[in-house]
Amino acid sequence: MTTYPWAAGYVDDGDRPKIVTSRFHLADGYTLERYHATGGYEGLKAALARTPGDVHEEVKAATVLGRGGAGFPAGTKWGLMPPGKFPRYLVVNGDESEPGTYKDRLLMERDPHQLIEGCLIAAYAAGLSQVFLYIRGEMPLAHERVGTALNEAYAAGYVGKHILGTNFSVDIVLHWGAGAYVVGEETALIESLEGKRGEPRLKPPFFPAAIGLYGQPTIVNNVETMSNLPWLLSNGAAAYTAIGTATSPGTRMVAVSGHVKRPGVYEIINGTTTFRDLLYGDEFCQGIRNDNELKAFVPGGGSAPWFLPDQLDLPFESRLVGAAGSMLGSGAIMVMDHTTDIPRAALSLVHFYAAESCGQCTPCREGGTWLERIMQRLADGRGSHGDLDQLLDIGQSICPGVFPHAASERLGLEAKPFPFKMTTICFVGPSAYTSVHSAITLFRDEFEAKIIERKSIPVSAS
Amino acid sequence: MSRLNEANTILAKEIIGRYPKARSATIPLLHLSQQQNGHLTNDAIAHVAELVGATSAEVLGTATFYEMFKFEPVGKYLINICGTMSCQLLGADELMHHAEHTLGVKAGGTTPDGLFTLEHAECQAACTEAPNLQVNYRHCHRMTTTAFDQLVDDLRNGRLDGEIPPHGTLARVRQTIPADRAAGPASPDAPVVPAWMPEAAQ
Repeated sequence: MTTYPWAAGYVDDGDRPKIVTSRFHLADGYTLERYHATGGYEGLKAALARTPGDVHEEVKAATVLGRGGAGFPAGTKWGLMPPGKFPRYLVVNGDESEPGTYKDRLLMERDPHQLIEGCLIAAYAAGLSQVFLYIRGEMPLAHERVGTALNEAYAAGYVGKHILGTNFSVDIVLHWGAGAYVVGEETALIESLEGKRGEPRLKPPFFPAAIGLYGQPTIVNNVETMSNLPWLLSNGAAAYTAIGTATSPGTRMVAVSGHVKRPGVYEIINGTTTFRDLLYGDEFCQGIRNDNELKAFVPGGGSAPWFLPDQLDLPFESRLVGAAGSMLGSGAIMVMDHTTDIPRAALSLVHFYAAESCGQCTPCREGGTWLERIMQRLADGRGSHGDLDQLLDIGQSICPGVFPHAASERLGLEAKPFPFKMTTICFVGPSAYTSVHSAITLFRDEFEAKIIERKSIPVSAS
Repeated sequence: MSRLNEANTILAKEIIGRYPKARSATIPLLHLSQQQNGHLTNDAIAHVAELVGATSAEVLGTATFYEMFKFEPVGKYLINICGTMSCQLLGADELMHHAEHTLGVKAGGTTPDGLFTLEHAECQAACTEAPNLQVNYRHCHRMTTTAFDQLVDDLRNGRLDGEIPPHGTLARVRQTIPADRAAGPASPDAPVVPAWMPEAAQ
């Protein structure tokens, strides 16, 4: 169990299999020299020795689930492009900004060559003529590391014209974001890359695999997804699927933050590790701070409905978590202990989504703002009883019908599974409502206490 | 007067050349302009529009969408305090309160000496290290009020000049694609089947 000053947050216990974080313990893991010395670019060489179709089959056989949030298998996604239509593009989503999520930044800062190699393998397998690495603007170190790595890789003949002497040629262009959460949505990412406002497109017809960047077939994949490919091609799909479960093979990077003793970024075995392992296990977070009681946790980033201690024994597996009323999303767990002021914690998320609405869809633009204002006055102890119903009513305009939530023995609630209906183009609107719905459904008494007392409960410092 | 200078205009054209369509370079060029001038002006917008072949209104429309672009001068150091859940749970509200008192400005304000601008920010992808802030987008983890005072003192006295460049400069390393190694942009207007794909042989 070790941490490293150069990889803030990453916790390494040396025992679990490592696919994407194998160089995080090295202070110079981001250099080409170290990358070469640790098996770097062997996956690319293995890929280039086979046909593109073969490499694509290998990725399909490994069922590499997308690590950005939706969990769609990468190999299947590549197969959705209309045959014979070129050029096709790869846009790598490095716009990590989902509340609680901290993994892509580490991957870009600590092992940029692994990401570059992954992009090259994908471009070769799927016939992608140009790669754009879209990195969030607020991550200058990631820009510097990936920029340096690309310069090294071009000089060494791994990127550009006639890669390693073959007829495989592709440019990787490092692109800068400028601060907009919604751009993490794939069609908004494409709009932004076209130099426009990052407003999501309607699907259908704008499924990127069919109509993406400049109207051409485009694959949008997450940084962590791409970072899996070098190991996969070096070791084979059989070795990859030997880790994890049949429906969730391989590993996943998970960030656990909030009120735990040892918050950290962990590479865990996919599908089998339970939330209890993660929050209380010796090799993970080692329990709640000050041995406090667990009140609730967000299992999959700010957009995910909240879980209670009732759900601790669920494994980190997307279908089971979906059936239990939430989602795994981007691998981000935020933990709240019994001292947490629930309305105020929920407000911090509502504020986020209200601020990050692109303004395109009315239910999100107006609804998000209303949710935030009403939550603010409730959190401040200035709310009224009608406010709670008002919040749920606004939620119905964004997500009509039953909204997913977790089961609770204490409240006698049964789980309502994913997904939900929505009146907006993308998930920012529903996400603004998620924390409101979870907080009111699971902790209505805390809101009511504030209404009666008409004053704010101070946030505990410990 | 805040068009890109000669050296930056050359760099801008090189950046545009990497994309199949010039307008894709809009955001990188706006960053370049902000690096040169500290913020974006109307002249700068017009110049970027000229370079990418769009109208000023289109470029302004893009620029105003993104939080990082500033349209009036900000301090040499932009301090963004994260207030999203993980940081909120671990004391971001108190940290912001302390910062406002220490700097003597509310969130959104700039100190009279032009050194600091304080802003409330959204999730900074460092959630396990909460509470976080960024100075010109450089992360500072596990902030306390004492650490904040020390940080401000260090910045005032130039002790962090080597690590934190003035606002506007993002990465100090840029990508350069050597002309003899470039595969070139893949234009949608002149479709070519990738040479390594089986379709190319047909």
